[in-house]
Amino acid sequence: MADTSTQPRTLKSLITARRGRGRLHWTDVFSYTYLFLGVLLMFGPVVWLVLSSFKTPAGLIEFPPTLLPLGQIEVVVEGYEKPLLLFDVVKEDGTIKQLAQVRRIGIISQMVDPENPGETVSVPIDQRVKVREFRLAVENYTDPLERFNFVGFLNNSIIVTTVATVITLLINSMAAYALSIYEFRGRNAIMLFVICTLMIPITVILVPVYLVVTQMGMINSLWAVILPGAATPTGVFLLRQYMLTIPKDLIEAARMDKASEWSIYSKVVMPLTMPAIAVLAIFSIMWRWNEFLWPLIVLTRTEVHTLQVGLNAFQGELNVQWHYILAMTVVTLIPVVVVFAFLQKFITTGIASSGMK
Amino acid sequence: MANLTDRIKISDRLAGAAAWLVLQFFRLFEIPLSFIQRIVGVRGMPWIFLLPNLAFFGLFVVIPLCINLAFSFTGGTDLYLSDRVYTGTEQYGFLLDCETFGDPITCREDRFWKGLYNTATFTVFQVTFLVLFSMITALILNREIRGRGFFRAVFFFPVLLSPVVVALIWKWILLRDGILNAFLVSVGLDKILFFVSPEWSMFWAVFVSIWAHMGFYTLILLAGLQAIPPDLYEAAEMDGTSKERVFWRITLPLLWPNLLVVVVLALIKGVQIFDEVFVLTGGGPGTATQFIVQYIYNTGFTEPVRNFGLASAASIVLGLVLFVLTITQLAATRARDNG
Repeated sequence: MADTSTQPRTLKSLITARRGRGRLHWTDVFSYTYLFLGVLLMFGPVVWLVLSSFKTPAGLIEFPPTLLPLGQIEVVVEGYEKPLLLFDVVKEDGTIKQLAQVRRIGIISQMVDPENPGETVSVPIDQRVKVREFRLAVENYTDPLERFNFVGFLNNSIIVTTVATVITLLINSMAAYALSIYEFRGRNAIMLFVICTLMIPITVILVPVYLVVTQMGMINSLWAVILPGAATPTGVFLLRQYMLTIPKDLIEAARMDKASEWSIYSKVVMPLTMPAIAVLAIFSIMWRWNEFLWPLIVLTRTEVHTLQVGLNAFQGELNVQWHYILAMTVVTLIPVVVVFAFLQKFITTGIASSGMK
Repeated sequence: MANLTDRIKISDRLAGAAAWLVLQFFRLFEIPLSFIQRIVGVRGMPWIFLLPNLAFFGLFVVIPLCINLAFSFTGGTDLYLSDRVYTGTEQYGFLLDCETFGDPITCREDRFWKGLYNTATFTVFQVTFLVLFSMITALILNREIRGRGFFRAVFFFPVLLSPVVVALIWKWILLRDGILNAFLVSVGLDKILFFVSPEWSMFWAVFVSIWAHMGFYTLILLAGLQAIPPDLYEAAEMDGTSKERVFWRITLPLLWPNLLVVVVLALIKGVQIFDEVFVLTGGGPGTATQFIVQYIYNTGFTEPVRNFGLASAASIVLGLVLFVLTITQLAATRARDNG
């Protein structure tokens, strides 16, 4: 699948690349137009999110928005306690001078010259332009750490993801092992049963699972999120399919050596199943990190919110504080991007071969 | 390129470390499990291996499914079954009581029917365009193009984003003073309040969910396209067959089984739509983008009086739809893998 051509990937060759040696077919033009529009549409929103997340609250409510995060320059003027905002003011003779705003009254702004702080002048607000510089509002990222329980959410998400993935790998690989290595009565019945559970997604049994979880006293505990999804039929199938390819002789040889069934499973079969385990692990991490509806139902107290639920609660409550929402959205997205950057190949081949998500 | 090999090395080492950790973890169980084997013997071991998984399935799938039925035939607001009164098919009667089924307003539980119709509308549009664009993208990515890996990654990465993140990204673009409205104003149009208009809200619900999931289906179709033997195309080229004819006579028929799987998978996911749209529009304006899962969620968990019976009855209706779709999916997958 990789591009094996030795030609250097210059921009020119990228643009002039053609199908075969013939003329430029209309499908070539269409393809590249589609792809470049696609890049814009797929990447653009994320880039815009990241750029916006570094803007100050004042910069965010600006319309039309500026592309880059800009902050208005503030100056300290003698005789004034707080730093004052700096503006370019067009004077009557057409020259431009930088003045600092003392206060604004309606459409008139009282301004002072930083070099000559003694006298103030009144300027209509439409004759002044903000003086701005490129500035990243890093406080959008640092403030939520102190003001909200953001670290707590992050922690909860990490706990849920790790513990759930470990349990998922353990119990599903055990089941897959039983269903692929042994011939025993009832195996087909079990297989059928596993297929049947595939047809019952959590959306169909929300209320009764809620009852079960309540009965077990797990409401508002992370276990309520971890346990119900731990056994996944797709996981069993994926691993079983892979284990079926392991030669039976290997297992027989191990039995001859008086290895216990558990050591055959953990020392012979598991190491050989690692590629499939890796795929399931990546999927499990993605499922758990992104899970939303079920945590939303069982985690009602703020202390136990996961990142997704917390983020949703924020966007409901802090309707105007988009600077925090955007920054936290970026933080939520970072782990996924990192995982993708490193494991793209695993993920894409995993999906292509198993058709699961 | 050096950078790339470094990256691969790091990921290999990480994977190696993770694998080692996993194996060590598994060894913890060595002694208790050997002990159990001594009691049940080798022939009993498969059941021991199956036990945890079956216990989870039983506790969180089978028992709930039975309780779900019991819930749907009882009334009241109590969560515990012993406190609930048997009402027979009253919940279903209430849900399905309509003067004319074509018009949600004439139904007694109009929110349920609105949810059903919204879900149907959403699914029809979403699946149609999702499959269409996935198909186009897969066909283009299957060509000899430069930077194919890059483009594939670009179309795929939104699949990994959480629904909440996806919704917030787009909400930020579509707000009243968002960048899309800035663009509209700059080309001389008026601002549009997207989330105030039912039609626009539905449009963006469909659009955003396609944006988020397209990469997944593209990947499956791409795998299908790459499985078509290249000699078929070579033979067609030797015969001077036109590209359009090659598409209709070779590509499409051979891709058909995959396409069927993709359509049914998309239907199964589409019917269960909730997360992205819930965060994006909250189901609004009014009930314009309220779907069946949100109806269940609202009825069972957010209303002041939690109506578990009604929510269960509604989820059984959803379950029946999904059951039919999943059977179709399994049949389609089987046909693809065997044929």
